[in-house]
Amino acid sequence: MTEVPEHLLRRAKEARERLEDSGESAESAEAPAGAASAPPPAEPTAAGDEEKIPAHLLDRSRSAEEQAAMAPAAPGGPVAPAPPSLPTGPGGHTQRLLTVVKSGSIQDVKAMPQDRVHVWPHLLLGEFVASLFITAFLLIFSVFVNAPLLELANVNETPNPSKAPWYFLGLQELLTMFHPMVAGVTIPGIALFLLILAPYIDRNKENAPEKRKFAVSLMTVHLMFWAILVMIGSFFRGPGFNFIFPWQDGLFFDF
Amino acid sequence: MGTQVGDKASDLMGQVQGSQAWTSIFRPGSIFRKGYTDSPRNRSYVIMNSVLYHLHPVKVKRHGVRVSYTLCLGGLSFFLFILLTVTGIFLMFFYRPTAAQAWDDIYILQTEVAFGLLVRNIHRWGAHLMVLTVFLHMARVFYHGAYKPPREFNWVIGVILLTLTLLLSFTGYLLPWDQLALWAVTVGTNMMGFTPVFGDQVRFVLLSGVEIGTDTLLRWYVLHVLMLPFVLIIFLAVHFWRVRKDGGISGPL
Repeated sequence: MTEVPEHLLRRAKEARERLEDSGESAESAEAPAGAASAPPPAEPTAAGDEEKIPAHLLDRSRSAEEQAAMAPAAPGGPVAPAPPSLPTGPGGHTQRLLTVVKSGSIQDVKAMPQDRVHVWPHLLLGEFVASLFITAFLLIFSVFVNAPLLELANVNETPNPSKAPWYFLGLQELLTMFHPMVAGVTIPGIALFLLILAPYIDRNKENAPEKRKFAVSLMTVHLMFWAILVMIGSFFRGPGFNFIFPWQDGLFFDF
Repeated sequence: MGTQVGDKASDLMGQVQGSQAWTSIFRPGSIFRKGYTDSPRNRSYVIMNSVLYHLHPVKVKRHGVRVSYTLCLGGLSFFLFILLTVTGIFLMFFYRPTAAQAWDDIYILQTEVAFGLLVRNIHRWGAHLMVLTVFLHMARVFYHGAYKPPREFNWVIGVILLTLTLLLSFTGYLLPWDQLALWAVTVGTNMMGFTPVFGDQVRFVLLSGVEIGTDTLLRWYVLHVLMLPFVLIIFLAVHFWRVRKDGGISGPL
């Protein structure tokens, strides 16, 4: 079952309190008028649920119970007793409420009402603040840190080491371990292909991370694989693309 | 005295807001319209009557506005794309994509053009940040299982958008035509040259020749400023549209 939204629960609680308050004030107003004139409220000690059942219905059910108790007292009488006259409600109605059937049990409910909020202002405000923050961050960062502009490109002078942009450094790192076709094409190709196919491979319908531990672990290992390779390629590779420690030999990395 | 001035000012504001020109510009639901009140009806109009905001539905699921659910990563990626487009247009005014002029243009942009250095910095760092936010957006979507039915195809489009983002960043990398750009691209395109069967052809098409030169610069410039953004916007439109059609934001968990 879906959870009842918090604001609906709160609203229901408030309505219940209001109802109780008004009931109490009505009783206190009635008390000085004299107990004889007004019928006493049906059993004030009854549980909360019973208070809501109208008095005439309670009377009716009580009389029905009494009849049921009387029936076995006179069994097998020669003359069938005349059907008892049913007690009627104030409007002369004779129907009774037997049960309440909730719609969900007899209907196939496809869409449950969802707790929704207006995009304006709730979402737009958040987006606006987020975009302000990122703009401020970029602006301040750009004031203090300049984009690199090295000397003019020269085809005859290969810098040592030559590095790809940082997001491709994982691939360049793989080049040190595998044949270029495997490192540069096969592995990233398969990774991309599997990434695209992820929703068609993963048949688990659950969304919560704790119910899909295998998928979450696999993805985490995959992401960490690339993150670590990129970091090694960026910071731990020096001249000749040999392994170095940046705190010993310095950084060989440009954004 | 002070209240009189205030009254006159508010009278004038009322007249301006009541004029035909004003009401023709600001449609019902605009917060600048006369007598705007905060009502559910007006809240809906704000979204429905705005060309920009109506990318959004009028209402979203309550958990969807929690920052901790999406971390705004998709929205920030889009915002960074807009920021990069604006700063990129500024840079285009001062840049010529030839081997003889590109580096000098960037140098002059940085030293002589007002705000040139700042705008170039924003473009550069914004591009790196966008790669990061797109990547994190993908991770967030995966960890929330948001790629599951009915959103499978939107995930596929998302992976294409990630690839396009990387290509946009990579093509932009060459344009300053400095040692960093030249050799980073050399390494990158050498890798792509190892594509089985037609590796040489792939490399030839990418470099517009057998080695990096002024033709490569022109090719990558056109890819960077026109073709890739054009393709990206098309996929972006489908991506946003599918978010709505596939039932809005995913979850709750």
